Amino acid sequence: MATAPAPFSLSASTVPARLRAAAVPAGARGRQPRRGRMVVRAKIREIFMPALSSTMTEGKIVSWAASEGDRVNKGDAVVVVESDKADMDVETFHDGIVAAVLVPAGESAPVGAPIALLAESEEEVPLALAKAKELSNGQPQQAAAPAPAEDALATPPPPPTPAAAPAPVSAGTKGIASPQAKNLAKQHRVDLAKVTGTGPYGRITPEDVEAAAGMQPKPKPAAASPAVAAPSAAAVPQAAVLPPVPGATVVPFTTMQAAVSKNMVESLAVPAFRVGYPIVTDKLDELYEKVKPKGVTMTVLLAKAAAMALAQHPVVNASCRDGKSFTYNSNINIAVAVAIDGGLITPVLQDADKLDIYLLSQNWKDLVKKARAKQLQPNEYSSGTFTLSNLGMFGVDRFDAILPPGQGAIMAVGASKPTVVADKDGFFSVKSKMLVNVTADHRIVYGADLAAFLQTFAKIIEDPESLTL
Amino acid sequence: MSLSAPSAAAAAAVASGAASSRPNAIRPAAGLRFCGLRREALGLRSSPQAVAARRSVAAAATAGNGAAGSGGFDYDLVIIGAGVGGHGAALHAVEKGLKTAIIEGDVVGGTCVNRGCVPSKALLAVSGRMRELQDEHHMKSLGLQVSLPGYDRQAVADHANNLASKIRSNLTNSMKALGVDILTGIGTIVGKQKVRYGKVGFPDNEITARNIIIATGSIPFVPKGIEIDGKTVFTSDHALKLESVPDWIAIVGSGYIGLEFSDVYTALGSEVTFVEALDQLMPGFDPEIGKLAQRILINPRKIDYHTGVFASKITPAKDGKPVLIELIDAKTKEHKETLEVDAALIATGRAPFTKGLGLENINVVTQRGFVPVDDRMQVMDADGNVVPNLYCIGDANGKLMLAHAASAQGISVVEQISGRDNILNHLSIPAACFTHPEISMVGLTEPQAREKADKEGFEVSVVKTSFKANTKALAENEGDGLAKMIYRPDTGEILGVHILGLHAADLIHEASNAIALGTRVQDIKFAVHAHPTLSEVLDELFKAAKVKAAGVSHSVNEPVAA
Repeated sequence: MATAPAPFSLSASTVPARLRAAAVPAGARGRQPRRGRMVVRAKIREIFMPALSSTMTEGKIVSWAASEGDRVNKGDAVVVVESDKADMDVETFHDGIVAAVLVPAGESAPVGAPIALLAESEEEVPLALAKAKELSNGQPQQAAAPAPAEDALATPPPPPTPAAAPAPVSAGTKGIASPQAKNLAKQHRVDLAKVTGTGPYGRITPEDVEAAAGMQPKPKPAAASPAVAAPSAAAVPQAAVLPPVPGATVVPFTTMQAAVSKNMVESLAVPAFRVGYPIVTDKLDELYEKVKPKGVTMTVLLAKAAAMALAQHPVVNASCRDGKSFTYNSNINIAVAVAIDGGLITPVLQDADKLDIYLLSQNWKDLVKKARAKQLQPNEYSSGTFTLSNLGMFGVDRFDAILPPGQGAIMAVGASKPTVVADKDGFFSVKSKMLVNVTADHRIVYGADLAAFLQTFAKIIEDPESLTL
Repeated sequence: MSLSAPSAAAAAAVASGAASSRPNAIRPAAGLRFCGLRREALGLRSSPQAVAARRSVAAAATAGNGAAGSGGFDYDLVIIGAGVGGHGAALHAVEKGLKTAIIEGDVVGGTCVNRGCVPSKALLAVSGRMRELQDEHHMKSLGLQVSLPGYDRQAVADHANNLASKIRSNLTNSMKALGVDILTGIGTIVGKQKVRYGKVGFPDNEITARNIIIATGSIPFVPKGIEIDGKTVFTSDHALKLESVPDWIAIVGSGYIGLEFSDVYTALGSEVTFVEALDQLMPGFDPEIGKLAQRILINPRKIDYHTGVFASKITPAKDGKPVLIELIDAKTKEHKETLEVDAALIATGRAPFTKGLGLENINVVTQRGFVPVDDRMQVMDADGNVVPNLYCIGDANGKLMLAHAASAQGISVVEQISGRDNILNHLSIPAACFTHPEISMVGLTEPQAREKADKEGFEVSVVKTSFKANTKALAENEGDGLAKMIYRPDTGEILGVHILGLHAADLIHEASNAIALGTRVQDIKFAVHAHPTLSEVLDELFKAAKVKAAGVSHSVNEPVAA
């Protein structure tokens, strides 16, 4: 017999029929660091978009059962949300007054985004309204999404258009975007008007939107495109399969390992070269001892130093995507290789040049925690513009790294070791010295570029006071 | 426009069923001909004794089809058109002991087998697997690891083509084995009970027949302003050859055909834009099913759409320009925008293929190309009188453009000409759309049922169940879907059943059989379903229904008087 006796039990087995919208005190959520400084107004709570199914990424508000100014009690259904699966009533966890509806009926919001504000009493309503305004003006966004982030979800929208109306496309040749490009633009809040199409006839492709959203084109098995163009080329470029070794155990790659393998093979198509540089680290070590109690790690110091150097040498932060042009990235996002159980992942410190080391350290801690729990979001591991790999802690004195696809350069950092050095006057002394080795794409980064970058980087490390600014 | 789209998309199962299972049941040693047998000898049940009896009778009857048709006619029945409808009629006619000929003007199997439901099922079989393999989340939740599924377009196309040839030869063989005369050429009616056939323009051979069935089917309908080049702007005829998989394809029409092709193309990596003249996608479906279908089959895929617009002009890609589609508002006719895509599939329905039939010789005037018929498929002339001994079945009459409907109409006609009055209940004919997951339906939609109820003054109830409540569906990790039944709470009559979910097309027949046989909900709810199977989805519906009917409901163990 069927598992659920109810005649219509759309969600019988997975989700309770009525979802409760968790409401948390505004500003208390730690996910977006920049909001951490906001004054905590415990009496105003956000109602946010619940995850109604495991695959749901955004939900559409079908209707609001409560309107602004209504008093609601804990357990009342306040809103009907349409997920990828079904329409569901969503209840509130708290008593209060619906002060502001941030996402009106007919609009969509990503899971976890605030959709309304709940004030505990009449007095808090004006406060909540002020906050709603604040939210709609400066919705904190992922650093990766630049300009278009401004008109984010909370903007009061035009009157709800009928669901059937497709995204308007301007007439004429310009600005034509493919269906999936439009979907992605909506999902990642990218303004299509600001995206330059690279597809056939200047069309905006899904890849263009991903690039505009600061995402790396990740290996998409779903695309199946290899076979589309040339059926015979469908075979994944692979070394010839060697005969099995008798008695050996064969363990298939996990998805992550397969992705690493694919990226590594792809890197062979890039003409890479390497430049090494010795750097004295005594002052950096001193600084590290000072900031260590504040939770700053060596990784963050190195990432910060690299980001500051990249700011002066944008070409090293660029990438070559089509073999014909430089793509200069507007952000400096440092990906840092982290070994995790059964693989390797590169959490990204976004805007590493702009954030201070304490904030970066905080972000880094969160990222590592998520990485270990395999909960990183795609933009948290695929939006890097430059990669840092550090094996110094193992005593490795030098190594070279393989360039990840979509980036212009990667830095391999060895251990800092006491070394006898002679200064320009011929005096000997013992200093800590580490060797860094940068691998770069020679289509866009030339030897002198890399040398100049390393020189800047060495200067920052050797006189690290600027790192704390 | 897409309301009339179904024929090409519907019924592979029926086609192949007709092609293989029946002949297998009665196909004996090669060379034996059964056509002239009288009907007592050819009961359809093929117990060993029956087969043995048939063989001995067959031997006695010698070359069956050689015997002259009764009453001085060359044949008892001549069928013009060898599609699924004509084939179904021919097989049943042989069973009824009629001397039968079938005139095929193109290829045996017609649209369904060669350019419709059959090859499209081959493509959909591929797209279903691709979709599953590409769904990382789905695979992971089953504990499977799959890396980078890919496909070889030509091999996929070959699979579809091979399937069509195989079914075509099955169909041909089944008719040959039964002794149906297959005549080649275009058939033209030259007078009462008189048909000429031969190459176009040379209808050299004239035959007489006691009864004639027109079963000439349909061709894709292409609205004016659309230029077909077969490469970048094409109909389902070309699309089924899968000569290319465009990056971006516009599908004009969101009925069965369009929807199935969107399933194929998106699974193979294309992006799709629907152009629909009506205000909503999938206008033919029950609204609730349509809404859920949009959530499952459209929104999460690489698809966008324009509704309430006509494609007034479509120009194939040439001179370095993409395919251009001009959209005008369906109501105001104002130009709205121009789409630039890589290809366009025209799936705006099908038009009857009735030209050159010589209908003018017998005073019959087609309506928008369709041959007018009455409830018994008898052709009506211009004055509204029945033309004796002339019938029209299938897409050519436009009653219900589905392959299996044509076949059912053909069987109904043969029943009548062999002396048993028969009217086909079209409300018991199921329809299916083979997307992933599938959609199927029989009978009335909820709005249709409520309208009928208002008019006739009865109550309507609706029960629903989710595939999430079905063990087998959950085991397959395919919990998306909904089944609903519309019924009369006073009598227990089933008015309609609509299913969206895993294997919906196979599940609908329990409901369509119940409607055809007049089985009531209060009776069928006692029938047992194996556990755990998808069929329990329907079991849930039957058991959930509340019938107020007074009187006794009989057990399923007793014979059901239909």
